[in-house]
Amino acid sequence: MPLPRSAANYLGRKIFRFLLTVQGLGAFGIITLGVMIRRFRASRHVIWPLVFQETSRAGLRLLPMFLFMSAALGLLVIGQAVSWLTRVGAINYLGTIMVLVVVRELGPLLTALLVLARIGTANVIELGTARALGEVEALEALGIDPVHYLVVPRVIGMAIGISALTVYLILGALLSGYLWAFIQDVPLRPGDYFRQLAGSLSGLDFALLGLKTCSFGFIIAIVTCYHGLAQPLRLEEVSYATVRAVAQSIIACVLIDAVFIIIYLAA
Amino acid sequence: MKHPASHPGAPAIEMRGVSVSSMRDESTVVVEGIDWTVAAGDYWVIAGLQGSGKSDFLMVTGGLMPPAGGSYRFFGEEMPIFEEARLKERLRLGMVFETGQLFNHLTVAENVALPLRYHRNLTRAQAEPEVQKFLEGMELGPWADGTPGAIGRNWQKRVGLARALALEPEVLIVDSPLTGLDLRHARWWLSFLDQLSKGHTLLGGRPVTLVVTAADLQPWKGRARQFAILRNKRLSVLGSWEQTESASDELIQELLVTEKPGL
Repeated sequence: MPLPRSAANYLGRKIFRFLLTVQGLGAFGIITLGVMIRRFRASRHVIWPLVFQETSRAGLRLLPMFLFMSAALGLLVIGQAVSWLTRVGAINYLGTIMVLVVVRELGPLLTALLVLARIGTANVIELGTARALGEVEALEALGIDPVHYLVVPRVIGMAIGISALTVYLILGALLSGYLWAFIQDVPLRPGDYFRQLAGSLSGLDFALLGLKTCSFGFIIAIVTCYHGLAQPLRLEEVSYATVRAVAQSIIACVLIDAVFIIIYLAA
Repeated sequence: MKHPASHPGAPAIEMRGVSVSSMRDESTVVVEGIDWTVAAGDYWVIAGLQGSGKSDFLMVTGGLMPPAGGSYRFFGEEMPIFEEARLKERLRLGMVFETGQLFNHLTVAENVALPLRYHRNLTRAQAEPEVQKFLEGMELGPWADGTPGAIGRNWQKRVGLARALALEPEVLIVDSPLTGLDLRHARWWLSFLDQLSKGHTLLGGRPVTLVVTAADLQPWKGRARQFAILRNKRLSVLGSWEQTESASDELIQELLVTEKPGL
């Protein structure tokens, strides 16, 4: 049965808008990559301090929160897994479960979402406000490429920050996982636990973890900077832009995650 | 900064049939049919009522927005210039915005230093002497370490000027410099622009070509050398002060009444 005309129009408009957003984000991402490569050594006394600043903002300064999150993640996974694995006599799979859940899935995704919440939203607000107040035009008037000055440091900083925080989160969760297991009297010695972990990890895990976290950092920075910068904004539009950026970043991260699941399954 | 002279003898600004669209809505043309030539060393004041399109016109003149139609050449080069290879040509032009449009996350000194550091790849320390020169020369020293939000609007505009001059442009475009200033600061601006036009020591005594927009004409008497007005979507060149003053046009007579008596 054909769709009613108004529903078809609505759907068509939604799809068209979605395709326009994908096109805009794609173009913005390619432009940023181009500027990053072409101007890698240009104005390094200005750009590299900004990269360090952004790396610290999206990484180092979030460490306390991530220490808490890693302890909580270890508890969540072990707390649930131990009781079920003990019942079915499969406690030897504890390390494998930790690798599957924490290293491959929850660690990178949770880190990306937390950094999006803390830093990604700040990106849209800062850049959107700068755009609305005419600071971007001021940069252009001074011959300063806004993508080079405002976007490139954020992209590099967020990619490095998310990668580093994911490693901390995973290490913390694996460690706290064992502590929670120990508290629950699971008959598992530290050596056995770490042997299980090592046995479940392969070279591919490390390579894909690096690639996945960098992709998350890149895409979150691109989406948030795009919504802050790429279109003229009035101050009152900044909050809507932030909401759009968060929703699109989450969707993009989940889609990237799905691609990596396919790669894992195919490997 | 030494600027190239790719087209010797070419006028600083040459517009032929240029149309300007609104910054907010590109489909709305705010000024059209502009035929205008600015020679090196000129000192122009473009007056107009609020909403006449002065700021949009300056955005095109400053190369931040492409003209909606016609041809705009800057020292013989097609504007706007976005290509990196032609950046040096682009930097022959400096722009001062009406509200300063300073970078709020940087201090006053960092605002002035940014163009220098970015284009010459300087460390903070390497840029310091030049930044100090501009800060002292424009009486901004006491505010050097403050952020734009912590200083008054009068001083913010002055920081915008210092930032634009840091790269020593040959042409300076200034959007409504006297708007919102108290009398003392307005006098300082008029005197400083006068010195820039004749050759200021801060720029090594080299005269700067000036294009200024204004809400009234009176303060520019005896200072600017060429006048024009924006009205009915057109740029009308009036000529010298004498020619402007003798015009019987109602709008011109209205613009000759200053908002700032005492200047």
